[in-house]
Amino acid sequence: MQSLKAKRSTKNNANDPAPSRISYRLQRLWLTPFFRSLLRTGVPAFSVALFVAWYVSDQDNVDKILVKFSEVRTSIEERPEFMVSMMELKGASDEVAEDIREILPVDFPVSSFHLDMALVKETVEGLDAVKSANVRLRSGGIFELVVKERIPAAVWQSHDGFNAIDETGRRVSDLAAREARMDLPILAGEGADKHVMEGLLLTMISQELGHRVVGLVRVGERRWDVVLTNGQRILLPEEQADQALERVIALDQAQDLLNRDISVVDMRQSNRPTVRMSKTALDNLRQIRMIEFEGINQ
Amino acid sequence: MRDIYHAHRMMRQIRQNAMQRGVIAVLDVGTWKIAALILKFDGPEVFREDDGVSSMAGQSNFRVIGAATTRSRGVRFGEIDAMTETERAIRTAVQAAQKMAGVRVDHVIATFSGGAPRSYGLDGTYALENSAVTESDVARVLANCDMPDLGEGREIMHAQPVNFSLDHRAGLSDPRGMTGRELATDVHLLSVDRAVIQNLLYCIKRCDLELAGVASSAYVAGVSALVEDEKELGGACVDLGGGTTSVSVFLKKHMIYGDCVPMGGDHVTMDISKGLQVSLANAERIKTVHGGVHATGMDDRELIETGGETGDWEHDRRNVSRSELIGIMRPRIEEILENVRDRLDAAGFEHLPSQQIVLTGGGSQVPGLDGLATRILGNQVRLGRPMRVRGLPQAATGPGFASTVGLCLFASHPQDEWWDFEIPVDNYPARSVKRAVKWFKDNW
Repeated sequence: MQSLKAKRSTKNNANDPAPSRISYRLQRLWLTPFFRSLLRTGVPAFSVALFVAWYVSDQDNVDKILVKFSEVRTSIEERPEFMVSMMELKGASDEVAEDIREILPVDFPVSSFHLDMALVKETVEGLDAVKSANVRLRSGGIFELVVKERIPAAVWQSHDGFNAIDETGRRVSDLAAREARMDLPILAGEGADKHVMEGLLLTMISQELGHRVVGLVRVGERRWDVVLTNGQRILLPEEQADQALERVIALDQAQDLLNRDISVVDMRQSNRPTVRMSKTALDNLRQIRMIEFEGINQ
Repeated sequence: MRDIYHAHRMMRQIRQNAMQRGVIAVLDVGTWKIAALILKFDGPEVFREDDGVSSMAGQSNFRVIGAATTRSRGVRFGEIDAMTETERAIRTAVQAAQKMAGVRVDHVIATFSGGAPRSYGLDGTYALENSAVTESDVARVLANCDMPDLGEGREIMHAQPVNFSLDHRAGLSDPRGMTGRELATDVHLLSVDRAVIQNLLYCIKRCDLELAGVASSAYVAGVSALVEDEKELGGACVDLGGGTTSVSVFLKKHMIYGDCVPMGGDHVTMDISKGLQVSLANAERIKTVHGGVHATGMDDRELIETGGETGDWEHDRRNVSRSELIGIMRPRIEEILENVRDRLDAAGFEHLPSQQIVLTGGGSQVPGLDGLATRILGNQVRLGRPMRVRGLPQAATGPGFASTVGLCLFASHPQDEWWDFEIPVDNYPARSVKRAVKWFKDNW
């Protein structure tokens, strides 16, 4: 008979294939699907969350992480491969280049991560003298800025003084005096900058009149006057101003119109060109008429 | 009567729930070995055309996903003898099977052969109210069966209606819907010792398992070892186990008799051990390797080393001839078979239309046993192996696993038992709500 009271020794158990009650229950627990999934995903996830929560609860640790993060970030950004050391400016005249360098919000050397190309482009294109700008980074840490300048096409005289403008009417630069750009035609009056192309065309046509032409004046923001020396004016219509001017020029060439003593050639009504004589000419005409009249009467 | 079935009804409920969940374990508590199988109920087998006939001809809806066998301990004559030892052995088997299956099982169907099973034939009659038989009429006729005196401390294990007769038409398997005046039934009832069942129940409970059914080893061995026509026309299954030899008689696909001879392979081993003066382990080895029941002239010359570890050289170096071994084994096997013969005679086996006898169980592997059994039991004797079930390991397909496999079939294709029918209204206590509900159910 086997002993009922004796403890089973471990030596005996080595021959006993039976699992102990504990190991049997543990194996059954392990085979429970819910317990298994809990142990495999729940417990690791929970312990990681617990550790993170504990670590973050200390402000020093958070600061340490942030400092380390920014250090790493800076060290990457400031690697020589990413640094932009100089700017190459192309297509700009000296004054414009100087302006660009002045307004550019960049201090070289700078990391390319911090270089806002769109902002640079926008800023440079914000300059009056610049028509368009192309920016790109070239290898070797060179920041290339290709600028296309606006070319002044005329001088615009307005209340603000003299301004150089391009053919679209955009201001290029302000001029101290008309004499600064005598090579450009002058346009005057309100709204002249909106119709620069027409003004330039009329100016070209009026070259036929030689040095007599002073400039063009926009009248009432709707039509042009050609101002000649000694105060003569050619009043052009709103529509087909160029044909009207050509007619005046033809008239001048045929009948020497403008050398006569007239103050205004009015072409506003195309079917009825009108000439206003000067006061002296009118007086003279009246005297002549008077003499003729007296001669007849005698 | 009702309280007797209460436990069975509960077990049936547990079994249905477990099968719905998909996993259930079967446990064969034998004298020689304890086997645990884990079944997974996952629908019918997917059958490929080039496979030939599938296991159970595609009728099975389960698969064995875990199997383990361990040496039985603390079991004698198919009854639990030392509970802690048996509990350890059950734990070993269940743990290994769970490990193989990779799932945890909570419900187990168990079988054992001991407990002195005793068969009773019951009959009852009931005069039908309406002409057509309904299911409640079947329940009523079952309730009308006169209960024999089972004796003190006996428990009903199986109570299966095996035959119905309506007026003068006997041998009906399903009387429902048929018309007649009087319905009669025959019920086969198998009773076992209550203490044996309770010990097993307690043992299984201590392993953190829930008992979802219990079956007699004689019955389940017959279920798996007999083929269809043997069950139909009459056949007996003799399950030669380690400590017991179970006998069951089948007719019309029902067990009509079950009994158990408390002698088995262990007694043969013990005889060899005594006769040859060797240890039990050696005797078992000699029996399985050299055993037989027919001595020939050749066997006189075949010498077997008895072996031994006593340290006495003369004792350990003896040789015995195989005829001597057979001379020891044969009388004991003859005695077992004669006992089986007595039980079959008592059951009236000779009146069955077919008298096929199937020998199965681990003891049936003795060479020449079928020849010996033919002399004692009758002419129609064959050796039976359990049916093929899906997923069963090769090691568990031998005749020793007949009752284990039968238990799988018991789980998947249970036969009607008495408690599968509703209790008729009259047997409810008066003024109970259940009775009112039942009355409504029956009448609408």
